[in-house]
Amino acid sequence: MLAFVIRRIGQSLLVLLIVGLVAFSMFRFVGDPIDNMLGQERTIEDVERLRAQLGLDQPFPIQYFKFLEGAAQGNFGVSYRQGRPVAEILLERAPATLELAAVSGVLAILAGIALGVFTAIRRNGPTAHTIMAASLIGVSLPTFLIGILLIYLFSVELGWLPSFGRGETVQLGSWWTTGFLTESGWKALILPAITLGLYQMTLIMRLVRSEMLEVLRQDYIRFARARGLRSRVVNFRHALKNTMVPVVTVIGLQLGAIIAFAIITETVFQWPGVGLLFINAIQFVDIPVMAAYLMLISVMFVGINLIVDILYVFIDPRLRVDRNGGH
Amino acid sequence: MTTPVLSIRNLSVEIPTRQGIVKPVDGVSYDVGKGEILGVVGESGAGKSMAGNAVIGLLNAPAHISGGEIWLNGRRIDPLKGEDMRRLRGKEIGMIFQDPLTSLNPLLTIGDQLTETMLTHLPISRKEARERAIAALEEVGIPGAAERIDSYPHEFSGGMRQRVVIALALCAEPSLVIADEPTTALDVSVQAQIISLLKRLCHERGTAVMLITHDMGVIAEAADRVAVMYAGRLAELGTVRDVLTVPQHPYTHGLMASTPLASQGRKRLHQIPGAMPRLHHMPDGCAFHPRCPHARDKCRAAPLPPVANERAACWFPMLPEEVQ
Ligand SMILES: Nc1ncnc2c1ncn2[C@@H]1O[C@H](COP(=O)(O)OP(=O)(O)O)[C@@H](O)[C@H]1O
Ligand SMILES: [Mg+2]
Repeated sequence: MLAFVIRRIGQSLLVLLIVGLVAFSMFRFVGDPIDNMLGQERTIEDVERLRAQLGLDQPFPIQYFKFLEGAAQGNFGVSYRQGRPVAEILLERAPATLELAAVSGVLAILAGIALGVFTAIRRNGPTAHTIMAASLIGVSLPTFLIGILLIYLFSVELGWLPSFGRGETVQLGSWWTTGFLTESGWKALILPAITLGLYQMTLIMRLVRSEMLEVLRQDYIRFARARGLRSRVVNFRHALKNTMVPVVTVIGLQLGAIIAFAIITETVFQWPGVGLLFINAIQFVDIPVMAAYLMLISVMFVGINLIVDILYVFIDPRLRVDRNGGH
Repeated sequence: MTTPVLSIRNLSVEIPTRQGIVKPVDGVSYDVGKGEILGVVGESGAGKSMAGNAVIGLLNAPAHISGGEIWLNGRRIDPLKGEDMRRLRGKEIGMIFQDPLTSLNPLLTIGDQLTETMLTHLPISRKEARERAIAALEEVGIPGAAERIDSYPHEFSGGMRQRVVIALALCAEPSLVIADEPTTALDVSVQAQIISLLKRLCHERGTAVMLITHDMGVIAEAADRVAVMYAGRLAELGTVRDVLTVPQHPYTHGLMASTPLASQGRKRLHQIPGAMPRLHHMPDGCAFHPRCPHARDKCRAAPLPPVANERAACWFPMLPEEVQ
C-alpha cells in the first residue's frame, strides 16, 4: 500500500511538471505583457529593460525553470497588473471558488447518485423516463446558457435571487471569507452553484444508472435475491456498493472539473473567485497569475486523482494485494 | 402417502416475443420427496433452468408462469408474489447457481453474506449468526473456517467458492434446494467432490433436491430419480436405475448412448442426428419426432403422446430388448 502511494505520488509530480511546461510554452501566444504594462510614451529602451527585468527575454524553458524554483519556495512572483504577490491574490480569491465548488460538488454527487439509483431501480416507470429525458437537456446545454437562463428567470423575471456577486461575506480567521453565514451569501450562491453543478450532476446520474443496471444483471444479485434478501438490501448493500467502484473514479475527476469549469460560471455571475481572476489575467497577459492558477488547478486535479486511487483500493478488496496472506 | 416436498403439476412458462408466444416449459409435472434428489436432465435450451426459476419465483420478465400449479410442502406457491415469495426464498427454497466465481458478491466477506442470509430468515442474534456461519463453513469442508470467515470471495478457489455457495443456499435450512448445473463451471477434478458434498448434506438433513444438469454422468452419480426434458416437455420420468438401464423414450436412449459412462464399455459414442427444435418452430405432435429413428405417422399428428407405463411420453416406448 505504501509503495503504491509513493509510486502514485511520483507519477503525479511528473504529470505536474509536464503540465507546467506545456502551459509555459503557450503563454507567448496569449500576447506580450509589456504592451499592457507600459503606456503610450515608451521607448525601446524602456521595453527592453522591463523585458530583461521580468526575465521575459529568456527562452521559455528557462523561464519555466525559474518559475519552478520560486514555486518550490512558495514564491509565485508578483502580478504584473496589481503589483502584489500572486500568492496573496490567489489566497484572497480562493475561498469564493472553493465554497462555490464545494456546494456544487455536494449537490452534484448527492443528487446525481440519488437520481441514478432511482432511475436504475425504477427503470420502466414514467418518473424515471421523465428524469432521463430531462437529463439529456442538462448534458447538452452549455454551462453559460444555463447560467443566463437561470439569471433571466430568477433574477430578471421573478427577482428572487441576485444575478451577480457573492453577497455579504464574513471574515473567518486571517484570510478566509465566507458567504455561508449570511442570508445574502446563500442567496447569491444558489444560481451559480446550480449552474456549475448541473452538468456534473446529470453526468453522475447517467453513469450511476448505467453502472447500476449492469450490476443488477450480475449473478451475485440474482443469488442475493434467491437467498431471499429484502429488495432494499439487494439494491443498496449489494448493488449500490458494486456500482460505486467505477463511479468513484469519475466522481473524483468531476470534482476537479468543477473547479476548472468554475471559470465560465464565475464569468457569467461575476463571482469573485480564482476563475474570474484567471480570465482577467489572460486579458492583461499577467503571466505570473496565469502560471500560478494553472499550477493550482493541476495540483488539485492530480491530488484528487491520487485520493480517488487510494479510495478505490479501500472500496474494492480485490485490489488489496499485499494484505493478509490470501491468494 | 406422505406429501412430497415439491410437487409441480402441469407447469407451463410462457414468454411473449416479437415472433409470438413461446413456451420454454410446457405442461411439466414431477414430484420431489423429502431427502430425495431428482435429476432434471436434457440438452441445453430444454427449459430446465426456466422450470427451476419458476419454482423459486425468479423468472425474468417477460417470462411468466402461464399454467399449472407448484406446491411446496402441501402449500400452493405459484400464485405468491412480492414479499410472500421473498420470504420463501432462502428459507424454504435454496438455490445454487452454475458459476461460483460470479455468484458471490466480490465486495462482501463470505461471513457477511452468510450472516445477512441467516439474519433475514432466522430469529437469532448477530453473534449466534456468526457462530452458525462458521459451523456452516466447516460443514461444507472449508478448512480453517473460523479464520477464513472474514475472507473475500476472491481469496478462494473455484471449488471452495462453490462450497461457500452451497453453505449459503443451505444456511437457513430450506426443505428444497434447486441446484442449477452446480458443477458445470468447475474443474473436472472437483466436480465429484461437490456432487458428493451436496448429496451427503441433503441426505443428512432430508432436504429435497432438484438437480439440474445436462450431464448424464452427474445424474448417474447423484440422483435417485430423473426427469428427462426435451423442448420444454417431459420426455421420461422414473428412478435412475430404470431410466438409465432400460430407457423407454427414444430420446433418453439417444442421450444415454451419447454419454460416456464409466460403467459402460468404451463403445463408440453415438450422436443424436439433428438439433432440438427452436421454440418458435415446434413441430406438431411429439417434439422429438424429426430426430427419432422410430417415428411413425402417429407421432407426427397433432395430439401429444400420452405418458406410457407412467414413464415415457411416447406413443411407442422402447422395449427392454431394443435397448442394448
Ligand atoms: N427472453 C427469451 N425470449 C425467448 N426465448 C427465450 C428467452 N429466454 C430463454 N428463452 C428460451 O427458453 C428456453 C429454455 O431455456 P433454459 O431454461 O435456460 O434451458 P436449459 O436450462 O435447459 O438449458 C431456451 O430454448 C431459450 O432459448
Ligand atoms: Mg440452464
